[in-house]
Amino acid sequence: MKLTIKSLPSLVLIAVMFTACNSSGTSNGNRGALASTAAEKVYVAPGEHDEYYAFFSGGYSGNLTVYGLPSGRMFKEIPVFSQFPTNGYGYSEETKPMLNTSHGFVPWDDLHHPDISQTNGKLDGRWIFVNGNNTPRIARIDLKTFETEEIIEVPNSAGNHSSSFITENTEYVVAGTRFSVPVPQQDISIKEYKGHFKGALSFISVEPETGRMNMKFQVMMPGFNYDLSHPGRGKSHGWFFFTTYNTEEASTLLEVNASQNDKDFIAAINWKKIEEYVNNGGGTKMPANYAHNVYEHATHGAKSTMLKEVLTVDPTEVPGAVFFLPTPKSPHGCDVDPTGEYIIGNGKLSADLTVHSFDKMIAAIEAKKFDGEAYGIPVLKFEDVLAGQVKSGGLGPLHTEFDGKGNAYTTFFISSELVKWNVETREVIDRQPNYYSVGHVMIPGGNSAAPFGKYAVAMNKITKDRYLPTGPELEHSAQLFDISGDKMELLLDFPTHGEPHYAAGIPAEILAPKSQKIYRLEDNKHPFAVLNGEDTRIERNGNEVHVYMSMIRSHFTPDNIEGIKVGDKVYFHITNHEQDFDVPHGFAMIGANNAELLIMPGQTKTLVWEPKQVGVWPFYCTDFCSALHQEMQGYVRVSPANSNIEPSWSLGE
Amino acid sequence: MSTIKKTMLLLFGILLTACGGTPEKKEKFTYERTPAQKETKTVNKVAGNKATGDLTDLDNKGIGPVKNIELGTDIDQDMAKAGQALFKEKCMLCHKPDKKFIGPAPKGILDRRSPEWVMNMILNPEVMVKEDPIAKQLLIDHNGSPMANQGLTEEEARKVLEYFRTL
Repeated sequence: MKLTIKSLPSLVLIAVMFTACNSSGTSNGNRGALASTAAEKVYVAPGEHDEYYAFFSGGYSGNLTVYGLPSGRMFKEIPVFSQFPTNGYGYSEETKPMLNTSHGFVPWDDLHHPDISQTNGKLDGRWIFVNGNNTPRIARIDLKTFETEEIIEVPNSAGNHSSSFITENTEYVVAGTRFSVPVPQQDISIKEYKGHFKGALSFISVEPETGRMNMKFQVMMPGFNYDLSHPGRGKSHGWFFFTTYNTEEASTLLEVNASQNDKDFIAAINWKKIEEYVNNGGGTKMPANYAHNVYEHATHGAKSTMLKEVLTVDPTEVPGAVFFLPTPKSPHGCDVDPTGEYIIGNGKLSADLTVHSFDKMIAAIEAKKFDGEAYGIPVLKFEDVLAGQVKSGGLGPLHTEFDGKGNAYTTFFISSELVKWNVETREVIDRQPNYYSVGHVMIPGGNSAAPFGKYAVAMNKITKDRYLPTGPELEHSAQLFDISGDKMELLLDFPTHGEPHYAAGIPAEILAPKSQKIYRLEDNKHPFAVLNGEDTRIERNGNEVHVYMSMIRSHFTPDNIEGIKVGDKVYFHITNHEQDFDVPHGFAMIGANNAELLIMPGQTKTLVWEPKQVGVWPFYCTDFCSALHQEMQGYVRVSPANSNIEPSWSLGE
Repeated sequence: MSTIKKTMLLLFGILLTACGGTPEKKEKFTYERTPAQKETKTVNKVAGNKATGDLTDLDNKGIGPVKNIELGTDIDQDMAKAGQALFKEKCMLCHKPDKKFIGPAPKGILDRRSPEWVMNMILNPEVMVKEDPIAKQLLIDHNGSPMANQGLTEEEARKVLEYFRTL
């Protein structure tokens, strides 16, 4: 008896194995014999490269992480809004100005939505834009150096969430406020919300050659919550669409009070029309105070400038520029398909998706078929703009991406699934569970006219049991799907750092060839650089001491420093003289109250050290740079404050 | 590895000294150590000129892009000046013109090496220290400190070579 029982399960197992073999045989027929199993599809052999770069927002880490697809391997964390002791970003004298704001130095933010620059609706891979949600900021990261080059603060804004999405030719990066606030800020009772609070939608122009950002104008909308946004493209290029919630204008217990109306709005903004209006002198300049921080690669340093004025536009003053499209149940994601015809409102308290038609919207506007107005802005009739609804059967739709083959992929947070549907017929084609509670989904190029519909990454909000447990606090879990066939196929789970909201992907062949390897010494315009072996020196100016230092395998010049006193403020200006790929050197000073410096070949960085104790204190290189890395060290002699030892230095003497 | 081993040995030494328990103060090592150079002298003969034993070999052109260089009879002073500027920017942290520092002194280099060898050492150091017999020996003689590839162009390396002729 026992024997039979034991052998039964094994028989079943064998049967299952056979079936499994058969079915994988069939899928081989569909997808080619080369990659048959999920493991083979994500396996990138040692030394081989991934097919796509994927830039994941780091959420409350304030940074952006770079992964490879399909392997799910992380290559880099790019510091943006947060201090980063790993390389000294936000600690070095050169990068501290990057984190300056009207609130002073803000060393952290909540980074949500990366978007890659485009030309004619296609990814061009020059820059990636990201938003800081908490202290409203937009950053631009250069995709040759993978470094943050520019951060602009967004005035009159709070909870910078319907951001940082770009228009078809990167004319603008757009930043919409989630929380409406008094404009200008003033001391009034919160109860005066209705009518007094405004929702600023900011259009930040991007200089085509340099990428330099400029706060061109802000559209001052009614005090709703502007949740997410996407640009029109193709025929709808020139328009921008924003979802709203809390059209109830509640200021307390929004969970209940902002869920009263059966419909909120998608705001359709004709930015071309407003641009023309402001170019002809329209709009009102108002006093403001916001930081514009620019990092120059030539000087390896950042400068922060406070800007004092912003151009605001009252939408009712520009007829035909702003309309509301009624959209059910507090829509979250606002997504536009690659043709520019369909605008999808993901009503997060609904089971259905609302698909608006751009053509129908234009027809309704031309026929002036309005259903009333809100604060002077015409509201179109729901039925007039609706292309149709997707009866998905899922719950809690959040975001939609597109594969460029006529399909859309929508995440459902509550029912925890990814649903594939046909954009034209709005029929559901496939659904796959997510583990667990998916937020955004990303298809490389998914927010462009030309997506690369091979992979989709679902970014989940809840991790629970997907990995080995690491105590109460967990990294998030992403899931990679192969979307090349009719059915979506789950290939891989991989953890992501911080809390990724949105992500942006791009074929490696666009970025990899232009990735910069070193900074050339002859291009180094840092005012404190040691560019010449003879420039090494120490200068004292009161209690400020500047050490002009250089580094090469495997020594610092100088490595013995005397004449530093307690109470001095010592600036180590250090230039890495290597000119070879991947030979960084680090600099760590005992007792420094900031971080290390990690200096790339040809780069100059500055660390401040304020010695508090008499003695002889060592510094060393933190990056294992050569066989003699351990020898890369030096000493600073610190004398009492009243000593009169002159600053001096030496190397090898 | 060898660094780690050395460090371990040194640590051991310190431990032993620490545990020795002799309270009297010692100013110096009493343990005799052989200077590293002594060993390398014999190995030297593998490369270069066996007769002189100083790595002189004017026929070895090295490994790299430079196959043949004709030096002018007179030194081109403009070129040498440009070469000196480049030397100060890219080389001086490890090379002093007339005395051994991290790396060897370039003074009189063309009495010991061919011009092609010098340029290939500047332009292709990674391969040179692995495959060229003289460069391999130099790496050993200079404590394993590698010659850095400073990304000079062939034209720039030629200028540096011209500067070396003035030393």
